[in-house]
Amino acid sequence: MHESSVFSDLANETLNIIISISSILPYLFGYIVIILASLFIWRTVRRGVSLGKNYNSLKTVTFGDESTVVSNKSASIVSVLLIFLLWGSFTGSKLLPGFLHMPGPYVGSNEFTYTAQNDVGEEDSATVSLVVHVAGEKASKPTIKAGDGIAVNDVMVIQAYRSKLLAWDLNDQVKRKWGGKIVKVNDQPISKNNPVDVGFARVSLTDKGTLNVVPHKGIQMEHIYLPAPEQVWTRLVNIANQGYQNVTLGQHLGFSLWRVIIGFLIGALVGIPLGYAMGLSNWFRGWFDPIVEFMRPVPPLALIPLVIIWAGIGEEGKVVLLFLAALWIMAIAARSGVSGVRITKIHAAYSLGASKFQILLRVIIPNSLPEIFTGARVAMGVCWGTVVAAELVAAEKGLGKMIVAASKFQNTDVVIMGIVLIGVIGFAIDVGIRLLEKYLVPWKGKG
Amino acid sequence: MSDLHIENVSMRFDLPGGGSVQALKNINLDIKSGQLLSVLGPSGCGKTTLLNIIAGFLAPTDGDIHLEGELINGPGPERGMVFQQGALFEWMSVRKNVSFGPDMKGVAKAKSAPEVDRLLELVGLQDFKDKAVYELSGGMQQRVALARCLANDPDVILMDEPLGALDALTREKMQSLVLDLWKETGKTIILITHSVEEALLLGERLLVMAPRPGRVHKEYYLPFADLGVGADLREVKKHPDYTAKREEILAMIWEMEEEIMGRTEGAN
Ligand SMILES: Nc1ncnc2c1ncn2[C@@H]1O[C@H](COP(=O)(O)OP(=O)(O)OP(=O)(O)O)[C@@H](O)[C@H]1O
Ligand SMILES: [Mg+2]
Repeated sequence: MHESSVFSDLANETLNIIISISSILPYLFGYIVIILASLFIWRTVRRGVSLGKNYNSLKTVTFGDESTVVSNKSASIVSVLLIFLLWGSFTGSKLLPGFLHMPGPYVGSNEFTYTAQNDVGEEDSATVSLVVHVAGEKASKPTIKAGDGIAVNDVMVIQAYRSKLLAWDLNDQVKRKWGGKIVKVNDQPISKNNPVDVGFARVSLTDKGTLNVVPHKGIQMEHIYLPAPEQVWTRLVNIANQGYQNVTLGQHLGFSLWRVIIGFLIGALVGIPLGYAMGLSNWFRGWFDPIVEFMRPVPPLALIPLVIIWAGIGEEGKVVLLFLAALWIMAIAARSGVSGVRITKIHAAYSLGASKFQILLRVIIPNSLPEIFTGARVAMGVCWGTVVAAELVAAEKGLGKMIVAASKFQNTDVVIMGIVLIGVIGFAIDVGIRLLEKYLVPWKGKG
Repeated sequence: MSDLHIENVSMRFDLPGGGSVQALKNINLDIKSGQLLSVLGPSGCGKTTLLNIIAGFLAPTDGDIHLEGELINGPGPERGMVFQQGALFEWMSVRKNVSFGPDMKGVAKAKSAPEVDRLLELVGLQDFKDKAVYELSGGMQQRVALARCLANDPDVILMDEPLGALDALTREKMQSLVLDLWKETGKTIILITHSVEEALLLGERLLVMAPRPGRVHKEYYLPFADLGVGADLREVKKHPDYTAKREEILAMIWEMEEEIMGRTEGAN
């Protein structure tokens, strides 16, 4: 490896990425058009049914006035619905009426003809009857007549999204090994670089002279890449009832959550007092500053290999990892919670006769709670991400383990279901902490 | 008698980049028990520093302060403090804030409650006892701060621009309140203010400080505080002496400010 090759490699990669991005641009543009069009429709409808005037509706300057920008609920609903609509449309979901489906792969019975020529220039045509069927469904071979002449009719059964080679001369008197070849398909000339579209499939000539038949795939996603929404839902119900690979969904879920909660709790239990000590004592601040400042920028994911080497793939390793993920965040949050206390509050407390211990208990700790909650939200988010990643690498149970196992069997529906679950749970954790914060620290931001 | 003796107090701050600021130089003051002393002076003349030294938050580089013959070497409950703003504990209700001092001393709730109620009534907040402090307006919060300080029954009340953040009308009401509390409780009060009017109206004795180094520039003994107790402060302002004094002090402070400006401009 030469030094300079890194740069040229990276330059190439950059170029590839730019090319990929530019190929997405038309879709992005289309999406923006949809957003603006729906805004236009919404405005028109709104003007029709004039709603009551609120304070913001009386403001004449809204562009640039941050306080007038609130998340529009209708936009959120339309946006989410659109995602499901696109998902369903591109996967041929049964939840959607057929006319909303994007063109799917060709399915059904059809036929085309080929014209073969032997070494002395005699030509004859034969019909290829073919059935394209959906994956998983059985299709029976149609019965046909052999036909006459030196080329004999053929039958093909192809699964949608697949292609098949037709060794057309197996039953013909024209044989490739005797110099026979195909010259036309559906009466259109065909050659190696000149395939023929027969309406429902593309037929091309291979190097060996056989026919490669590729039924049209449409622009829907193959279910192995993206299952329809209802398939994911069915999977969820199915796995919730029967489990996946002998492990119930509750176990997968429970193990992931348990690791996060235990790791976070131990991290907070150690990190918060550590942060307080760092905020209150020069010695502790000096002692731990280098350690904390060094460990903070190390992503917990980078510790996974080391933790596996040290603690194996058992529960200890994962809990240690999450403990480390939460520890520094909580320590820093507690430290800044202590440093953030207004000196006038401390002075006031001293003047009112409070002792150091009373000040810690009645002033410093309550004052640091908002910061600690903010830290807890960050830490829980990081822990949740870390646990899934750790399970991807090494685990026997857990949501991460479930999706990585499913990906090995191309069970995309399980993978997607797992990702959705991970997202929903991460969101629920965040909302939960926010609610707890609202209840326990109502004074946040009001000091 | 809780007299306050300030003897030869000097304060010099060492600056991080080398050099130092002489914030106070040779301050000598005797403040009698029950006196209401207001302190005026241009920004940076060391008012806050002096108050912090009296409160015990700072130790002077030179000199001593004695309260009732006892040397001050730290904060203590006999010297209460009312800050400009942001010194209330927003995680406690109004009542909890006011009873903070007694609570710290371990006084039983049942025992301190009547006094807390009385003080809240005195500052007109009896209906807001159980509210959170962040739900109150700025003026109400300052009344809580005042009640909290009084609940601890200090000998001396130190106030650093306690009304500085209030609007004119609220401020006027609070000034009357301070005067009434002073008369009723007979406490020694040291009040720092930026407002010449406030210093004149409230200060039985008025100190004008001068900067660089911070020192006492001039002292007045004034009749307006006594006149203002239980009276309309706007009437007091019509006193012929009042206007004369106000103009005199304003001119004095202007002169000092101009001198500072000139000096800093010269330095540029
Ligand atoms: N902790 C400190 N370190 C260094 N210098 C300080 C410190 N505290 C105050 N000073 C300096 O001491 C001088 C007096 O400050 P002080 O805060 O007492 O003024 P002040 O009269 O209260 O002003 P203001 O009216 O603006 O509140 C100023 O020059 C200030 O810069
Ligand atoms: Mg000051």
